[in-house]
Amino acid sequence: MMNSNVTTKHRKNAGLLSIIPGFGQFYNKQFVKGIIFLVLTIAFFSSFSQTLNWGFWGLITLGEIPLLDHSIFLLIDGIIALLVAIIGLGIYAFNIYDAYNNGKKRDEGFLLNSVREQYHNLLDNGFPYLMISPGFLLLIFVVIFPIIFVILLSFTNYDLYHSPPAKLVDWVGIQNYIDIFKLDLWRSTFFGVLGWTIVWTFGATTLQVAIGVFLAVVINQKDLKGKAFFRTILILPWAVPAFVSILIFSGMFNESFGVVNTQILSMLGIDAIPWMTEELWTRFALILIQSWLGFPFIFAMTTGVLQSIPEELYEAANVDGASISQKFRGITLPMVLYATAPILITQYTFNFNNFNVIFLFNGGGPAIPGQNAGGTDILISWIYQLTMTSGQYGKAAAITMLLSLIVVVVALWQFKRTNSFKEEDMM
Amino acid sequence: MSNKTEKIIRLSISYLILLVAVTIVIYPLLWVIGSSFNPGQSLSGSTMFPENPTIKHYSSLFDIEKSNYVLWYLNSMKISLITMVFAVISVAFTGYAFSRYRFIGRKNGLLTFLVLQMIPNFAALIAIFVLANRTGLLDSHAGLILIYVGGQIPMNTWLMKGYLDTIPKELDESARMDGAGHLRIFWQIIMPLSKPIIAVVALFSFIAPFGDFILARIMLRSEEKFTMGVGLYELVSKQFGNEFTTFAAGSVLIAIPITILFLSFQKYFISGLTAGGTKG
Repeated sequence: MMNSNVTTKHRKNAGLLSIIPGFGQFYNKQFVKGIIFLVLTIAFFSSFSQTLNWGFWGLITLGEIPLLDHSIFLLIDGIIALLVAIIGLGIYAFNIYDAYNNGKKRDEGFLLNSVREQYHNLLDNGFPYLMISPGFLLLIFVVIFPIIFVILLSFTNYDLYHSPPAKLVDWVGIQNYIDIFKLDLWRSTFFGVLGWTIVWTFGATTLQVAIGVFLAVVINQKDLKGKAFFRTILILPWAVPAFVSILIFSGMFNESFGVVNTQILSMLGIDAIPWMTEELWTRFALILIQSWLGFPFIFAMTTGVLQSIPEELYEAANVDGASISQKFRGITLPMVLYATAPILITQYTFNFNNFNVIFLFNGGGPAIPGQNAGGTDILISWIYQLTMTSGQYGKAAAITMLLSLIVVVVALWQFKRTNSFKEEDMM
Repeated sequence: MSNKTEKIIRLSISYLILLVAVTIVIYPLLWVIGSSFNPGQSLSGSTMFPENPTIKHYSSLFDIEKSNYVLWYLNSMKISLITMVFAVISVAFTGYAFSRYRFIGRKNGLLTFLVLQMIPNFAALIAIFVLANRTGLLDSHAGLILIYVGGQIPMNTWLMKGYLDTIPKELDESARMDGAGHLRIFWQIIMPLSKPIIAVVALFSFIAPFGDFILARIMLRSEEKFTMGVGLYELVSKQFGNEFTTFAAGSVLIAIPITILFLSFQKYFISGLTAGGTKG
């Protein structure tokens, strides 16, 4: 700072003046910019005041007259108003920041940019924003918007009995969350489903990882013939669309006609097993099926990693007289796990939300007396049932929130531990 | 035990294990192919090697009067291709911006993408259903495509950015010295160098909508708009077992092209995933 004890107070003046957008820029003698800000503000209020008024009224009351006011539509309009308001506030904050900054430059005795330079600056600095805006706009509408909607919905009593347009929906605070943890039916169902979801996630994922790594190591033996053949065959379950395979399995495990009971088990002299009607057997079958579906992915990844492990490591181990299992535990496994760790985590989060296999195999069934979820429902398929069949929208939204909370916390915690976050430049 | 016998034992056990694995993998696939040639309609009579094989189930699928199968096929292709094109364009843009520019909000933007990629977008299925209803996009392919493209952006942006980070920045800088503009650098220098990752993103954003079931099931109402996944599910669940052989034929027809496509591109899949995984 060449003259830090300045007598001018342009930064303060400009910042204060720009409470009315544009005036701070006028004060800094940047008239074109000032006019742009002023016009933007007037345009914003004249075109959106109706939207904002209506939206915020709807958001707060969720409608007052049944049949006339549709609470859910009001909620949607309210979120639009909220987003518009946030964008408006963002522009407003930028206006103050810009005036303050240029005032500061003047205080420090710098010359301000001319209109021409401003234009070039805008092009240069604005280019990355221009590039991300199509993707980001789409994300706002199809991802962020629904998330806000679900968050808000979880604080309402929207269900079949409070279903617009005949009835109004009301804000009920955290009643849905309280119900889930306090009412017996909901609590036992929630913890039952959560328990199975966790068992499912760890059981199925760990098994598919173990099988995938194991088979990759077996095939990777130097003196084994027919590598290409085995690799192609074993990758097939990944290549065939999953929904096709699951529906096929659903036919194979059919209790009375399915080939598993009628041929395979009877050939082995085992009685027919109630795959679809007994909770435990359905769960068992599901974990087996998911292993079938999921192991090729791990298998392919591991094969890639194995081929990049330097041969010298094994030769050195041979010199030291290491056994096969010592080499596996000391060299192969650490190398594989290190290289594939981030992807293994995504496998766990994937199975945590693996709706397809649960729903397509047996619709989350069999039904269980005393709870409102099927015996193999995981959280995501339970949410689906609550939404699509029993119309418990508010509760379903609350459960969605709980599910997202679990996923985000676990995943963030894990990603923090991986290296990619520690490198300064990566972020 | 000599080295030689040890080797023989080890290899025999290995081949035995692989034989079991191959059998388990291949059995359901052969079984469904066999079923599709069975003369009967139901699940109960279908065997892997039918005595009088018939192709009538295949021909009935192509009978437009009786079956919507061809429509489902075309719908799935159309939706997946359009999703692919839009996803690649927007992911190339966002990935490039995040990799090459340092702008306000970049870090938060990347973090947002990271969090968003962990929550599958169908977690908000209530919202998607109600919103689509409100905007009139329910039962339309346009709505479904928009959701698919949006869902593809976060994860693929990370993959794209991870790859672009490995392309030396000196290339851009020297081009800038020569007076190339932002767009020119993007199109003529960066994009030609990122063909491998573009192939990966394209494949991912083609396969994802193709294999999706839940979103299509929520969004699509009328049978002639169904995608393959929803259509086959309806076929099999309407009267379970009674149209099983037709379903089997339909499955075979959809699985074969996808499998071939997949096997020929699987190397890219793996390299793309590991590149993004270890670097991004």
